[in-house]
Amino acid sequence: MIPIEPIRLQGAIHLTSHRMEMHQRVDISRKPAPKPGWKRGEKWAGLLLLCPSILAIAVFVYGFIGWTGVVSLTRWNTLVPDFTFVGLQNFVALFQDFRFQSDLRNTLVFTVFFILACLVIGLLLATLLDTRIRGENLFRNLFIFPMALSLIVTGVVWQWIFNPSTGVNLFLKKIGLEEPPVWYVDTRILPGVEWGRIEWGIPVALIAVVVAAVWQLSGFTMAMYLAGLRAIPDELREAARVDGAGEWQIFRRVIFPLLRPITLSVVIILGHISLKIFDLIVAMTGPGANYVTDVPGVYMFETTFRGNHYAQGAAIAVIMLFMISLLIVPYLLSGMRKEADR
Amino acid sequence: MTLRPRRIVIYMFLLLAAFVFLIPVYVMVATSLKGMEEAALDRMWELPSSIQWQSYVIAWEKLAPHLLNSLYLAVPATILSALLGSLNGYVLSKWRFPGADGLFTLILFGMFIPYQSVLIPLIQFLQQIHLYNTIPGLVFVHVVYGIPITTLIFRNFYAGIPDGILEAAKMDGSGMIGIYWRIVLPLSVPGFVVVGIWQFTQVWNEFLFAVTLTSTSQQPVMVALQNLSGSQIVQWNVQMAGALLAALPTILVYIFLGRYFIRGLLAGSLKG
Repeated sequence: MIPIEPIRLQGAIHLTSHRMEMHQRVDISRKPAPKPGWKRGEKWAGLLLLCPSILAIAVFVYGFIGWTGVVSLTRWNTLVPDFTFVGLQNFVALFQDFRFQSDLRNTLVFTVFFILACLVIGLLLATLLDTRIRGENLFRNLFIFPMALSLIVTGVVWQWIFNPSTGVNLFLKKIGLEEPPVWYVDTRILPGVEWGRIEWGIPVALIAVVVAAVWQLSGFTMAMYLAGLRAIPDELREAARVDGAGEWQIFRRVIFPLLRPITLSVVIILGHISLKIFDLIVAMTGPGANYVTDVPGVYMFETTFRGNHYAQGAAIAVIMLFMISLLIVPYLLSGMRKEADR
Repeated sequence: MTLRPRRIVIYMFLLLAAFVFLIPVYVMVATSLKGMEEAALDRMWELPSSIQWQSYVIAWEKLAPHLLNSLYLAVPATILSALLGSLNGYVLSKWRFPGADGLFTLILFGMFIPYQSVLIPLIQFLQQIHLYNTIPGLVFVHVVYGIPITTLIFRNFYAGIPDGILEAAKMDGSGMIGIYWRIVLPLSVPGFVVVGIWQFTQVWNEFLFAVTLTSTSQQPVMVALQNLSGSQIVQWNVQMAGALLAALPTILVYIFLGRYFIRGLLAGSLKG
């Protein structure tokens, strides 16, 4: 029994009294003179209590990122640390590297297909579940269930389902397909436009991996949309119905626009998961022949910890962080601004 | 209630989706209960003719020490990071100092980073303090990198506690710690359950830190499972039994406390 409670749509729907409290609180923090009941210095005592966490984040997030950045600019590509400064040499080498170019293509393709499929399936399931059907809890729990599993478990199971000599191919053979697809061992890139050192297009092998990832995370998307749908007051739909709008029109003109903040959150969350994906690939396919299923996370791991190319590994990590920051930083900043406005 | 055609279509579609979602579960359970000779590639979809437990015996032998490692890892890491998150969330929602929002955003960023970008210094650091390749070292790592998410969930949770209650206590002369201890903490039980379940699941399922910071006997269960399924000699009914054993704790948590899991899922992804 999992009741999904309506969630606040990024501050869009609030109880008035709550909002007033928020304003009061913001005023408190902005005015230099403390309210009655605040002892002198207490305003800063909170900072003291936060100190251990602030220190930990400063060192282990920002400090370590800085240190990784430094390593990426050195010649430390053997077991023995060598901090000779080589500028952007490691980055230049990476962008000319067959494997890394393949990784960038794969990440891009994987991210786009994975997010699109999750959004479509998640929204569809949420919409169907929001029609006051029987057994709603059962369906919902089932669809979210894969979220509780490790990507390693998911990878191990789906590896067998898409294994070319068993799994889905047993069905395909039974219905008369002479040469069923070979799934994640397929080395074709479609359409395969040559640019740089690699062929650009959709690596067929990635389809199987996308299916496994969508199985794991479309339930999350559904939960987010369902919570969003529950937060939309029935009166809005009723009003549109009175105005003579059909169900599809209501969905397109009323419901869908209201779900936009949810869609944005989902894209950000899934996007950052997809850009740093590692476990699923390791468990399901590995880098693959011609690196058709390789991703930066796997390359970083192998080159650093199997090949002792620390500087090269650090450079990959910096590029991964950069890609994710492009997605996350605007989101975090806009969230902060919204909060300040409240 | 009469079933209109539209509702029938909805049910049909949901049943189909449920069927597809259950395929991997069927493969896992059915294969793990097969004997060696029945676990043949061309008989994947057949039900086992008789229930055999031998694959579980073999998988258990290989995974048991690592399951224990994961337990020693996940339980302390969950408790410690929940406590830290609770304190942080309390201060950041109820004792906001100038710049608190900016600071919170800086903390939150730590939740999204690819951990590859801190791995190399992290290994050097853990080697320096002699916690490399130890479970306490992994606990430490999960507590530190768990700060952003636990702080976020508790901060949203405490925003729902009316400030009025705190004001009254302030009038009575209680300080920040006193209010936390006597008023906020007793109200925090649901928050701790949500954060606890979320962190336990995350730490149990985590792979990147586990595979880079530990080796052989210290490895948590997910690394051991990956080694098990990566080796050619192991039969795949044993692999499936291993996957189920490794997933069992989080599956049980989900079955019995799923509603809190979903709350954590949503709380972690939406800024309140």
